Amino acid sequence: MKILVCISNVPDTTTKAKFVNDNTAFDTTGVQWIINPWDELALTRAIELKSDAANSIENITVITVGAKDAEPTIRKALAIGADDAVRIDAEPKDAYFVAAQIAEYVKNNPFDLIFSGIESADHNGSAVGGMVSEFLDIPSVSAVSGVNIENGQVKITRDIDGGNEQVTAELPVLTIVQKGIAKEPMIAAMRGIMMARKKPLNVVAPVEVEALTEVVNYEMPQPKPPCKMVDPENVKELVDLLQNEAKVL
Amino acid sequence: MSVLVFTENWDGKFKKVSFELVSYASKIAEMLNTQTVALSIGNVQDDELNSLGKYGADKIVSVNNEKLNILDNQAYTSVIAQVAEKEDAKVVVIAQNNMGKALAPRLSVKLKAGLGAGVSKLPSSVEPFTIFKKVYSGKAYSNVVIKSDVKILTLAQNSFEFEENPKSPAIETFEPTIGEIKTNVEEVEKQSGQLLLTDAEIVVSGGRGMKSPDNWGPIEELAGVLGAATACSRPVSDEGWRPHGEHTGQTGKIIAPNLYIALGISGAIQHLAGISGSKCIVAINTDKDAPIFEAADYGIVGDASKVLPELIQAVKDVK
Ligand SMILES: Cc1cc2nc3c(=O)[nH]c(=O)nc-3n(C[C@H](O)[C@H](O)[C@H](O)COP(=O)(O)OP(=O)(O)OC[C@H]3O[C@@H](n4cnc5c(N)ncnc54)[C@H](O)[C@@H]3O)c2cc1C
Ligand SMILES: Cc1cc2nc3c(=O)[nH]c(=O)nc-3n(C[C@H](O)[C@H](O)[C@H](O)COP(=O)(O)OP(=O)(O)OC[C@H]3O[C@@H](n4cnc5c(N)ncnc54)[C@H](O)[C@@H]3O)c2cc1C
Repeated sequence: MKILVCISNVPDTTTKAKFVNDNTAFDTTGVQWIINPWDELALTRAIELKSDAANSIENITVITVGAKDAEPTIRKALAIGADDAVRIDAEPKDAYFVAAQIAEYVKNNPFDLIFSGIESADHNGSAVGGMVSEFLDIPSVSAVSGVNIENGQVKITRDIDGGNEQVTAELPVLTIVQKGIAKEPMIAAMRGIMMARKKPLNVVAPVEVEALTEVVNYEMPQPKPPCKMVDPENVKELVDLLQNEAKVL
Repeated sequence: MSVLVFTENWDGKFKKVSFELVSYASKIAEMLNTQTVALSIGNVQDDELNSLGKYGADKIVSVNNEKLNILDNQAYTSVIAQVAEKEDAKVVVIAQNNMGKALAPRLSVKLKAGLGAGVSKLPSSVEPFTIFKKVYSGKAYSNVVIKSDVKILTLAQNSFEFEENPKSPAIETFEPTIGEIKTNVEEVEKQSGQLLLTDAEIVVSGGRGMKSPDNWGPIEELAGVLGAATACSRPVSDEGWRPHGEHTGQTGKIIAPNLYIALGISGAIQHLAGISGSKCIVAINTDKDAPIFEAADYGIVGDASKVLPELIQAVKDVK
């Protein structure tokens, strides 16, 4: 079985969002780039699955659509334990553009199990995974909190309102993963970092695809009025404010 | 032409989000000078279907096919696409929840329609079609133009106040073509009886400042008197003080209740990412400099174990 993990290269989650060029571009000055947290968990789960020989997983490939500056992030995925990496050499324009690139690669290099995260920490689209599966015309399962392999069959746990379902699917299948897929992200060990330098990172030319959306500009959230403080000796006042001012009780 | 809205029901009753979606869609239909068509999938009676008319549906397309009893993303996407084509939909409105996140991206590719994911307002213009959405987990917003002829919008939870806009909708049943189903649900596990965290209007949430799992009694009591759900910060669920399903934040549930009460939560940026959509945030914390007070609308600097019993009493007094 071959696994593909989609990796979005995103600013560290504690980064303050700032914009340049008249608020039309994200200010990358001083930004630390990381593997999107969901993708890191997806990769962790893929490695856990591979470590059990009974699952007979031959290979874990990671893929990112991004310019050369995304390489340290994808190298980190190799250091954590992916076997090889693919970078599609294009500035990601929107989710449709990114998904079309990944799908094109997969058409020529098939995988059995594809992981994507539920949401990228930058544009918050929750879109790329589902789009890839539709381009490939393969089943997708979203809201996935568990993936196991039993006798060659992929068993997927899908969260639903107030519970979960056990889902099986024909392969290839794309799973869109969220909380629960792995406990803690795996960390690259020194040996992994050394080995990552020798692992293949294939740079692939993009195909021609037109993005369907375009960011006009960015806005900062409206500054909110300062917090109204209530005396701890006068909790009744809080209830009064919630009831009569905020009107939420 | 039309604006199509994909509704969701639970055992034949529409979820609240369906009314929000219809109301939102009907406002866009007004901007485009066209009608609102609501799609319902499942066994929903005519009375219930008609209730969508109250919020602005001009027409209801009802699909009831047992192949759709389980959520197969490919099958559902194909059904929505068939109805969108039949109704010449220029905009398709879907909820930004588990179901919407599973279907909207697939539909976007199927219809080659640009996706505006997680919109929280009406488009600022329809020519060019410009939407407003959060980016960087709520640290900023973007104005985005959707360039394709057909557009798909997913509406962020609790972001739109629905209004009545009574219509007397025509109900039509539709038999879609459904191909081979490639996924199978083997087992369903449900925890019943609990208010769903993501559906709750009020949420009472505890952090590490609660000190011990033994101190959750008053949190549950307050939630009880408020008709609220309970939540927690990540360390609290990591420690096993509370179930994982309660953890809110960037890596947990993203919620947008009317009222979020945070007790003993410092307000880390990753926590705020999951709750900043709340209409009103109350913080109770011993540290007057805790970042949670920057996000909060009302605050009390005080010990949660002392404030809680008084708060419970004060709420009981007014209920
Ligand atoms: C400098 C810079 C500028 C950008 N400007 C824009 C812009 O203006 N508009 C815009 O829409 N996007 C822009 N992006 C691209 C953005 O990072 C995403 O790749 C893409 O838009 C999808 O975002 P999303 O929020 O829809 O992802 P989601 O659909 O939320 O991502 C879900 C999952 O899809 C996979 N995924 C997402 N992106 C990629 C990727 N690039 N490669 C591999 N897998 C991926 C991951 O598994 C991720 O967890 C920019 C990126 C960079 C680095
Ligand atoms: C990649 C990443 C993702 C993360 N995702 C999440 C996430 O999704 N959700 C999340 O919550 N966290 C997340 N975190 C963790 C986050 O950074 C914080 O560590 C966490 O939110 C802190 O939890 P807390 O507020 O309960 O605890 P603390 O930060 O320890 O705060 C406890 C607070 O309680 C107050 N306090 C103490 N005693 C009392 C008392 N008697 N009465 C009242 N107040 C008192 C203190 O003043 C303090 O402000 C993430 C971190 C990372 C790196």
